[in-house]
Amino acid sequence: MSGLDTLAPAYPEIFMSISALVLLMLGVFRSKDSTVLLTWLTVAVMAGAAFLAVTGIDEARTFHNLFVTNAFTIFAKVMMLVGAGLTLLLISDWAVGEKVARFELPIIVLFAVIGMMLMISANDLISLYVGLELQSLSLYVLAAFHRDNIRATEAGVKYFVLGALASGLLLYGSSLVYGYAGTTTFESIATAIENGPNTTGIIVGIVFVISGLAFKVSAVPFHMWTPDVYEGAPTPITAFFSIAPKIAGLCLFMRVLAGPFEPLIEQWQQVIILISILSMIWGSVAAIAQKNVKRLMAYSSIGHVGYALIGLVVGNEEGARGLLFYLLIYLVMNVGTFAVILSMRVKGKYLEDISDLSGLAKTRPGMAMALAILMFSMAGIPPMAGFLGKFYIFVAAVNAGFYSLAIVGLLASVIGAYYYLRLIKIMYFDAPGAAFDAPSLTTGIIMAGSSVLMIVLFVVPAPLVNGAQAAARALFLG
Amino acid sequence: MIVASLAFYLFSFMAVIGALNVIFQRNPVHSVLWLIFTFFNAAALFVLLGAEFVAMILVVVYVGAVAVLFLFVVMMLDINVVVIREGFLKYLPVGATIAVILLAELAIVAGGWTFADRANVLRVVRTTSEVSNTEALGRVLYTDYAYLFQASGLVLLVAMIGAIVLTMRRRPGVRKQKISDQVNRSSKDTVVVVQVEPGKGLS
Repeated sequence: MSGLDTLAPAYPEIFMSISALVLLMLGVFRSKDSTVLLTWLTVAVMAGAAFLAVTGIDEARTFHNLFVTNAFTIFAKVMMLVGAGLTLLLISDWAVGEKVARFELPIIVLFAVIGMMLMISANDLISLYVGLELQSLSLYVLAAFHRDNIRATEAGVKYFVLGALASGLLLYGSSLVYGYAGTTTFESIATAIENGPNTTGIIVGIVFVISGLAFKVSAVPFHMWTPDVYEGAPTPITAFFSIAPKIAGLCLFMRVLAGPFEPLIEQWQQVIILISILSMIWGSVAAIAQKNVKRLMAYSSIGHVGYALIGLVVGNEEGARGLLFYLLIYLVMNVGTFAVILSMRVKGKYLEDISDLSGLAKTRPGMAMALAILMFSMAGIPPMAGFLGKFYIFVAAVNAGFYSLAIVGLLASVIGAYYYLRLIKIMYFDAPGAAFDAPSLTTGIIMAGSSVLMIVLFVVPAPLVNGAQAAARALFLG
Repeated sequence: MIVASLAFYLFSFMAVIGALNVIFQRNPVHSVLWLIFTFFNAAALFVLLGAEFVAMILVVVYVGAVAVLFLFVVMMLDINVVVIREGFLKYLPVGATIAVILLAELAIVAGGWTFADRANVLRVVRTTSEVSNTEALGRVLYTDYAYLFQASGLVLLVAMIGAIVLTMRRRPGVRKQKISDQVNRSSKDTVVVVQVEPGKGLS
């Protein structure tokens, strides 16, 4: 294998890493504040990486089997890059006129995204861990970015301590797996588990790995950090937290469980079923009492992770397709909702309480309309795309015989519908408060675009479902 | 052989003593010094295993950098251990229960441990037997695992950027040394010779 053959499958990652270094230099040596410029350049870099990923090699392993690329990883990467790019646009909008914003912000986001790319492509427990740490370390810094704010620093410290604990659990599990199998490569672990006598040791190892990963996607009972971190971090950073790392984390989760640990499916299925049920129920129930929009979104994302995990439980092609499609819909819904939350400004001051939305339909009907559509979609009510996302997941569960899981999911979404619909009630039927400032152009476009997409995707989901199908097939081929 | 086993028991005993002292010292500075002692013993154990490179790394990195950093932090933060230990008795039952459960689980795992069929074959990285440990590690690290090496570099870069972002402040009005200004200064700009008449002073 010549040098270029080795590097070619990782062109998107290499391109992003070099660009990150160049942008960092640009930020340091440019005397003016370059946050906005760098944010746009970072978006361009992500677009370039997505282009390289799509046009690059379909199916390859490289770097001594540490790195893999196939239709599944390409689909996941592009989805994650789109989510990260859109949230970066929100960041650039917010950075104008915010004292908190500095040029390091987009750079650290870019490094976090590189970490997620490495995670999605990991084909070995060590490369999984290195990618995960690159991502987590960047996220800790982002959470505490608003460093003079006591809540933000608390969020950062909390996230860091708990995250380090979760990484420890993951590493401990990995070491047990390595001790059992004698290798860290995904394929060899799968063969070892298939051939060998399977005892408690390997199962405990898998459970530890699952706990570590469940923390990273904030599934119950490893979700405690989520509301505090979401509330403390600057709003566009919260948007970033709730989208790209979730997509990367869940795709990695899928690859780990369907890859090396596939032979032990009966063992891990029980664990994931429990996590999924707890996340769905707790995500819906705990959200009811929330007063802060960002905390509400935290619980909402916990709930959504619960639904997405059903696709994982099923553990076949249909489940993977459901998971990917669900993540796509989730991405669009969340970007749109956070665009609305970022527009909750009165005279340049950001508001975060749910009650601030009251009477929005009278003061800003367009915004209220967009949020109403997004909330209907979050609740999974047709004719919005959120319904289809849940539909494909539940169909996969029912076809595989997980009736109880589907029923719990349905019940949880009914409970969840209460607080999503409550927002709509507050906007349309309560007395109007102070009118919000007009949203900026980018935010407005993202808001309108995502709510229109919710309806469009409901009518023509086929292209995306087919894409997800192809990606899911690649996952189970090898 | 007897020397080796005696040395093993000596160093591991010392390591355990050191570790216990780390937790039970009242003065955090003493704790860090005991920690350094423990590191040295662990390094000696690595030497006994024939892993001299890991031993040296342990001394250089952990004793030379990490422990000294701890020492600085401990001295600068002026931690009051009594305050930290306040909740100790309150949380002891919960902590002890969890610890016992984990210990039991570990015992079950270790007791019923099996290896996969080819685990021992897979575990070995093939190198020529002529080279030293350090060279063998280098050959694997910069070839097969070059990807991980580079990715770890990115992780460290992020850690550095993060530390700077979260702590560095640009305060206006801070006086800094500007060497070029100092060198370019000439006596004409700053020194004025004044003739003072006796009894009048400067006005």
